[in-house]
Amino acid sequence: MFRFIVRRLLQVIPTLLGLSVLLFVWLRALPGGPEAAALGPRPTPEALEAARARLGLDEPLWVQYGRYMRRLLNGDLGTSTVTNRPVLDEFLLRIPATIELAFAAMAIAIAVGIPVGYFAARRRGRLLDGLTLSGSMLGICTPVFFLAFLLKWVFGVNLGWFPVSGRQSSGMNATHITNFFVLDGILTGEWDAAWDAAIHLVLPAVAVASIPFAIIVRMTRASVLEVLGEDYVRTAEAKGLTTKVVRRRHVLRNALLPVVTVVGVLTGALLSGAVLTETVFTINGIGRYLYLAIQTQDYPVLMAFILIIALIFVIINMLVDISYSIIDPRVRVR
Amino acid sequence: MAMESANRPSPPGPLGQRKAEKIDRLAELAATPPDERGGSVVQESFRRLRRSPMAIVGGAIIAVFVILAIIGPYIAPYHPIATIAIDQVRPGVIPGPSAEHWFGVDQLGRDVYSRILVGARHSLLVGVVATLIGFTAGAIIGGVAGAAYGLGGRVGRAIDSVLMRFMDMLLALPTLLLAASMAAILRPSLQAVMIAVGVAVVPIFARLLRGSMIAQAQRDYVLAAQALGVRRRKIVMAHVFPNSLAPVIVQATLTLAVAIIDAAALSFLGLGNPDTAVPEWGVMLAQAQGQIFTRPTLAVYPAVAIIIVALGFTLLGEAMREALDPKLRR
Repeated sequence: MFRFIVRRLLQVIPTLLGLSVLLFVWLRALPGGPEAAALGPRPTPEALEAARARLGLDEPLWVQYGRYMRRLLNGDLGTSTVTNRPVLDEFLLRIPATIELAFAAMAIAIAVGIPVGYFAARRRGRLLDGLTLSGSMLGICTPVFFLAFLLKWVFGVNLGWFPVSGRQSSGMNATHITNFFVLDGILTGEWDAAWDAAIHLVLPAVAVASIPFAIIVRMTRASVLEVLGEDYVRTAEAKGLTTKVVRRRHVLRNALLPVVTVVGVLTGALLSGAVLTETVFTINGIGRYLYLAIQTQDYPVLMAFILIIALIFVIINMLVDISYSIIDPRVRVR
Repeated sequence: MAMESANRPSPPGPLGQRKAEKIDRLAELAATPPDERGGSVVQESFRRLRRSPMAIVGGAIIAVFVILAIIGPYIAPYHPIATIAIDQVRPGVIPGPSAEHWFGVDQLGRDVYSRILVGARHSLLVGVVATLIGFTAGAIIGGVAGAAYGLGGRVGRAIDSVLMRFMDMLLALPTLLLAASMAAILRPSLQAVMIAVGVAVVPIFARLLRGSMIAQAQRDYVLAAQALGVRRRKIVMAHVFPNSLAPVIVQATLTLAVAIIDAAALSFLGLGNPDTAVPEWGVMLAQAQGQIFTRPTLAVYPAVAIIIVALGFTLLGEAMREALDPKLRR
């Protein structure tokens, strides 16, 4: 197991290196640049020159790259050209919001998606099945940011059931330890703060959950249909087990294996959804941070964003691989 | 099938795997030998396609969309960027649908119906160009990899494995985030959106064409051509490559839907055309955000347009995939 993890991490290094060189050259080859963006419209040539020197942009490309990599290896992702704060700090400040959102969305997608998929499979070809299938196709074709807007409009603005922006009400004087607001409220015993943060999560989480939900429904349905046709299900029925026991012990348990492992696969959909949804609900997570970095041409932030996302993916990949062998002993990690 | 699974490059873990498996399944479809009746796979599939209600509905939606994209600017009742009804727009009041303005006007008094009609052209253009970029670049990379593998030799396999390693890494990253990062680096513009969405789908096409070509290379007609002494290059270019295209065309149809949604998402994030007066569905949706208290229905028109078009391409694409599937072929 240990050797597997080490080998997996070693395989990642050349890819990340290649990605970083590519990004670095690409960023520098473009006109304008962070110095122009930082100074605003129509800077004087002298100010531009000074800014370039300050940011080290007047040196040869390979010197710049060498410096960037040396810092990167020391855990320094660079400094935001807009706020002048370390990029890593900015990321750590914002990532709890995104993780919180992703977790809430995943919980909704699983809790609703698996039963819906299961019942669609049991009623194959009937109305419920048809509705589920066309619904999931419609869900995949609906832009996440429109769904987010729709929820905000109907349940936030119109009905006023849920707050429409941010992570917590501004009047809430909550203590923050981990920056996971719901968790913080529970840890400190500030129940009103935890409740307030949870209520803020509902609409964005439903929006982000839409595509993972559609995928889970389809996976569960296909998987249950496959298991229902297996010999051991017929055997179980033939030997006189009650329908309830057959369903629970034989069908559901085997059908859920592929569904459980798909959770890791959905991280992509979750992160993409979070980027768009955070923008609609003005949640200060990494998605909104990317949006702001785009507006200000903050190169170090953009670069770090891509590298961090790639790294997160590699790590999740590995975790899913390992969890495979734990959930299903037949699949051994080589 | 054991032989075929040995031909596949392993994707970087289960994350890319689901995507990769879907692609590989599609790649093998057209390589199944024709049935006893002896009809060609593509002809047979086309016959099935014409009878599929999904394909007919999808095709009809796409036909209407393409016609609107072409004639939209000519049948639009007003100029899309003319602020004709600005005198009726007051703080807190934006006129809704009326006989004059079917979909009402927006915050600047522009006719929404006209903007939707003219915007169809942009969406079609972005979708088609992005898909073409992904298709072309993917076909070159996948074609080279597939041919190198098919032509055999250690060197060929090495080339194939290097190319596919890189493609599989990209395949594991979420398409939208890849496209967003790329468009951000390219500077917001319409071209940036097309390139970014196109580049993000390159690995899908590359893997698909490679898989399809390798599946074709094992067919009898290749053996026959080899026995007749046809040169390898000619076998690849004249026989294997054209026969490998059917699954790629299916994928291109499905990609068009994704490309249109992703392009709208990029415009929404502010990565599209910086001139926001130009009617474009993603931008219209983004601008409607600001009117949530005054006239939230402004967001519905462009959103429904995007959903219908994406649904059209998805329906046709799924129907095509089903038609190619030998398990369903009779």
